[in-house]
Amino acid sequence: MLLVVEQFLNGLQFGLLLFLLAAGLTLVFGIMDFVNLAHGSLYMMGAYFAATFVAWTGNFIFGIVLALGATLLLGIVLEFLALRHLYGRDHLDHVLATFGLILFFNDAVRLIWGPAGLALPLPAWLTVPVQVIPGVFYPAYRLAIIAVALAVALLLYIVVMRTRLGMLIRAGASNREMIGALGINIKLLYTLVFGLGAALAGLAGLMQAPILTVQIGMGENILILAFVIIVIGGIGSIRGAFLAAIFVGLIDTLGRAFLPDLLRKILSSAAASTAAPALSSMLIYMLMAIVLVLRPEGLFPANRR
Amino acid sequence: MKDLLNARNAVAALITAGLILLPLYTSISGNTFALTLFTRIVIFALAASSLNLIMGYGGMMSFGHAAYLGIGGYAVGILAAEGIGSGFVQWPVALAASALFALVIGALSLRTRGVYFIMITLAFAQMAYYVASGLSRYGGDDGLTIYKRSDFAGLINLSNRVQFYYLCLACLFGGLYLIWRIVNSRFGMVVQGQRSNEARMQAIGFPATRYRLACFVIAGTMCGLAGALLANNTDFVSPAVMYWTRSGDLMVMVILGGMGSLFGPVIGAVVYLMLEEFLSQVTEYWALIMGPLLLMIVLFGRGGIDGLLGRFSRG
Repeated sequence: MLLVVEQFLNGLQFGLLLFLLAAGLTLVFGIMDFVNLAHGSLYMMGAYFAATFVAWTGNFIFGIVLALGATLLLGIVLEFLALRHLYGRDHLDHVLATFGLILFFNDAVRLIWGPAGLALPLPAWLTVPVQVIPGVFYPAYRLAIIAVALAVALLLYIVVMRTRLGMLIRAGASNREMIGALGINIKLLYTLVFGLGAALAGLAGLMQAPILTVQIGMGENILILAFVIIVIGGIGSIRGAFLAAIFVGLIDTLGRAFLPDLLRKILSSAAASTAAPALSSMLIYMLMAIVLVLRPEGLFPANRR
Repeated sequence: MKDLLNARNAVAALITAGLILLPLYTSISGNTFALTLFTRIVIFALAASSLNLIMGYGGMMSFGHAAYLGIGGYAVGILAAEGIGSGFVQWPVALAASALFALVIGALSLRTRGVYFIMITLAFAQMAYYVASGLSRYGGDDGLTIYKRSDFAGLINLSNRVQFYYLCLACLFGGLYLIWRIVNSRFGMVVQGQRSNEARMQAIGFPATRYRLACFVIAGTMCGLAGALLANNTDFVSPAVMYWTRSGDLMVMVILGGMGSLFGPVIGAVVYLMLEEFLSQVTEYWALIMGPLLLMIVLFGRGGIDGLLGRFSRG
């Protein structure tokens, strides 16, 4: 029972983290129709910036805020220099260009920070275990991730659904030319949205950093997961991304935790211990394949025109 | 005759002649490294050409094409590990396994379009990657060493560098010939028609998905052959050949060379792999140059190298 609660919280935390990454991706895709493989690189850069700034300033919160700002800036510069010229091009061009950016970022990080990973140590007040329900202790830091991610999700919802900026974003998603014709500075809007997406990816990266090590290529595996999420949720839909992210986080975590035991009941223990790791890694890809076969547009398609 | 004399054909002829004459150069100069490098290039050119068949002509943007490299490779590797060394068994199994995989994932993936297709093929390739990582009997994550190359009963000796090179080259030209025949056949016309306007082709009465699926399976099988060659070339197969960045590499080769042009992917593979080799000799941080270079190619060089040559020919 204890284990189930703990793994459930782990899954929720992982899912919310994935949501932060997927939200930026789906915004950029939904509004600019741009496939950004380099989103995972921004996630990685967020983690590296955080490790560096926290070490510099000696203050966890201050370092994190600086890192967030740096990732936002990086996203804006990237969009301004290169990516904005690719809007309206074929998706394949996006894939190729951002694939090039991944290569660039990985080697740039290796050049600046070296091939060895970095660690981002937590301040003492975040390492204490918290009693969530009687008898179940859970690390404060992971609870903090859940809280921050939920707050960001709420904020994102309010911004997109309740503000003028959000209205423009939604309008841009459903008809690009029209809102340009109505006198909205669409280029600025695009740059802002891309920066926002970059900051969200950076936030996900820096929050994950203390749990895993900060290393080159850390953004690649998780990027694929984020893509799986936006495809399951329906590309361009934030609500879909939110639900799909939590779903994927839970399935992945619970699958890894309980599938080996479950398989051992059916198969011989040798066969189970061989099959379980592969099967639990495949679970979410199978889920995606099933969703795409049954509902090729994802579970919550964004703009039904 | 005048049509034949243009920059595009000149480059194709030059590369073809270069590839055929390469072993002559290496045996005179004793530069065996060039032969090893070009064997790899030729194998990847075959893989990229097969991707070009579905991507360039069929409009199916598969982001999981490297899966077949792994499947072909593992078919050879697993059979070799189980003591079946005959190429007459290994290679047909490699082709059949790739074809079967392509048939299954194609039947599911072709229900989707656009970015969803890119993503679902990626997902299936990742699944194959994880299955291979889980094969603890065959090395798992660490990969599988192949101690003896495929044995063709004295017909051809794969351990002889030159013979193996020419075998790879023959496979490449055979593959290109097949693609050329397919593209110019009625079947190929239907597939290309569907790329342009699927609804119209369907209205004329062609079962769209069946044609695409057949094309998808042919491309997968061809890439499986490249996988079998690659495993023999490196004497090793590991899940890493199926990783999604490998699929990305193949896509880059096709786009770099020129999508939907018969010889484009060959040029793309030659340029991409030689650039990688050259840059990594100059600096350890070769991707620092390669990355922005790819970005530049996308930004300024539409249609790839073949497109550039085409424009040059027209003056």
